[in-house]
Amino acid sequence: MYRKSIVTALALALCSTLPAAAQKAAAPGKVSGDVVKIGILTDMSGVYSDLGGQGAIIAAQMAIDDFGGKVLGKPIMLVSADHQNKADVGTNKAREWFDRDGVDMVTDLLNSGVALGVSNVAKEKNRIAIVVGAGSTDLTGDKCNANTIHYAYDNYALANITGNAVVKKGGDTWFFLTADYAFGQSLEKNTSEVVKKAGGKVLGSVRHPLSTADFSSYLLQAQASKAKIIGLANAGGDTINAIKAANEFGIVEGGQKFAGLLVFITDVHSLGLQAAQGMLLTDGFYWDMNDDTRKWSDRFLAKHKARPTMVQAGDYSAVLHYLKAVQAAGTDEAQAVMAKMREIPVNDVFAKNGKVREDGRMVHDMFLAQVKSPGESKRPWDYYKIVEVVPGDKAFRPLSQSTCPLVKK
Amino acid sequence: MTELFGVPLQALLGQVLLGLVNGSFYAILSLGLAIIFGLLNIINFAHGALYMMGAFAAWWLLEKFGLNYWWALAIVPPLIGLVGIVIERLFLRWLNQLDHLYGLLLTFGLALVIEGVFRYFYGVSGQPYSTPDALRGGKNLGFMFLPYYRAWVVAASLAVCLATWFVIEKTKLGAYLRAATENPRLLQAFGVNVPLLITLTYGFGVALAGFAGVLAAPIFQVGPLMGSNLIIVVFAVVVIGGMGSILGSIVTGVGLGMIEGLTKVYYPQFSDTVVFMIMALVLLLRPAGLFGKER
Repeated sequence: MYRKSIVTALALALCSTLPAAAQKAAAPGKVSGDVVKIGILTDMSGVYSDLGGQGAIIAAQMAIDDFGGKVLGKPIMLVSADHQNKADVGTNKAREWFDRDGVDMVTDLLNSGVALGVSNVAKEKNRIAIVVGAGSTDLTGDKCNANTIHYAYDNYALANITGNAVVKKGGDTWFFLTADYAFGQSLEKNTSEVVKKAGGKVLGSVRHPLSTADFSSYLLQAQASKAKIIGLANAGGDTINAIKAANEFGIVEGGQKFAGLLVFITDVHSLGLQAAQGMLLTDGFYWDMNDDTRKWSDRFLAKHKARPTMVQAGDYSAVLHYLKAVQAAGTDEAQAVMAKMREIPVNDVFAKNGKVREDGRMVHDMFLAQVKSPGESKRPWDYYKIVEVVPGDKAFRPLSQSTCPLVKK
Repeated sequence: MTELFGVPLQALLGQVLLGLVNGSFYAILSLGLAIIFGLLNIINFAHGALYMMGAFAAWWLLEKFGLNYWWALAIVPPLIGLVGIVIERLFLRWLNQLDHLYGLLLTFGLALVIEGVFRYFYGVSGQPYSTPDALRGGKNLGFMFLPYYRAWVVAASLAVCLATWFVIEKTKLGAYLRAATENPRLLQAFGVNVPLLITLTYGFGVALAGFAGVLAAPIFQVGPLMGSNLIIVVFAVVVIGGMGSILGSIVTGVGLGMIEGLTKVYYPQFSDTVVFMIMALVLLLRPAGLFGKER
């Protein structure tokens, strides 16, 4: 009896040290645990799940398949989890993945709260976080680190492109409808600065709780402000409900216009063109840009019954870029891979000549689009007119203004 | 311009009117809950999910069969009511001897399952459903622009609420219902089929949720989460009005909608909490609710 329990204890102790031993065995130039593991941490069921969610997993799997399923002769494995839009859930999951499951890189990371938390954990454990879904500029600002890349877009680019374009078109007085949390406030602040700098005026703003169903009351206030432009510093369902109610209250007929600061193609799809037409927005990916994007998006559509959002296409690109870097570095050790990711330009369906800067910002072309009217749309998902392509160095915050400690000035 | 606490009176009037619109949704949903609680002693957490199903059913009728809003208004409530009857026969029936908590858990679980299924098939962004042609546009009242559709919502839901109140309080059928609430056994002894009465009542309460869903479809995005966003507030309304009180739920629903509207002018960040503050206050001062009777 006594002996048996000793044996059990020994076996247990051995088991618990095994993964650690396996990790230690990975000398430089090798692949830890003989497998490259990629984690998709996203919102699977909440307000943002149409932007990332299941589509993010499909996109990542497409990248792995396109890469051939193996890197440096080792298999590539994809794991996924739902962070429920809670920073603590997301951070704990990332910790568990890095510590116990040997995950090498985490991506998608919709929701700024989750992204900031996971970025910290990645730094602490020396793994890689590629933030595709979140917007907060802190990720490449004060809170930047050498293990994090901010991939698809950020609040600065959204505010900068949409704000400038709208003021240039004569929309020089603004009223904001702002989601009352970090993301919305930062977007409002960024955009206000851009508008003022371009010579416009901000007449006021109203902060609404996240996931508001009824916007009529806020819209009435926006209407009373007589601002030419109503800036929507919110996302997903909030943006949709606000635009829907505005149609009903004759706001657009009254001469006021909307500027959606973060609008995804799935939002437009859900609103319908009747309600969304004419709106200006900033995006980083549109399926109908060229043959490559169309071909890739057709494959995606076949698997996911929707066209990809900027986040899902970004997930594909991020995974592909990561795998190329692992291949080039000859290892999956985080700093070696990060160095390669900064070195190799991003060239795929998502970005042409994209570049990862030292603050972690992936700089690539963004574009300003206008939503088509129902008459202009010729087939399903034919939603955007591309008004202007904004080169990466004009779209994103220049390094000279960066507050990231990694940037040498 | 006349002002009241720094807000122009005209803007205030507009907000009160909007509050009335929201209040009518609260009223019709909380009415269904109150009826169900009053007779079956079940705290129907699936109410929000059934309301969502109502909106989806309207969208579905339009997409698949080309049946417009008015058809939906006629077909959907009985359809959702039927779903309710199935739920009552299959599940709730077995719980009526047990504590409230079991019914609550069961309906809460059902709500999660229903929402999960819709989310799986339709995603969270929702489906577009446009306002019926006859009710497009609106009227400028001077102090605000009132869309015809919103006016219709207030009229329709108040009419249904009052009709329900009338049936329950003033007719023979209503008398049976109220008797079944007080003493089901005695009523059964008089030859009334009480189990059938209960099933039909649940079906009716649920049909009200379906009706509200159709009314909501052109206003809000038809999405799987539309019910869960609303249901918590509606429960607060029921608690404030007094659990099971018919008139209480109607009056409180409309009243709270207006208070919420005013909060959105004076301090918007507070607007999603104000209802719960009032609930806490009411529970402290009148634990049975404003219109409830202590048992």
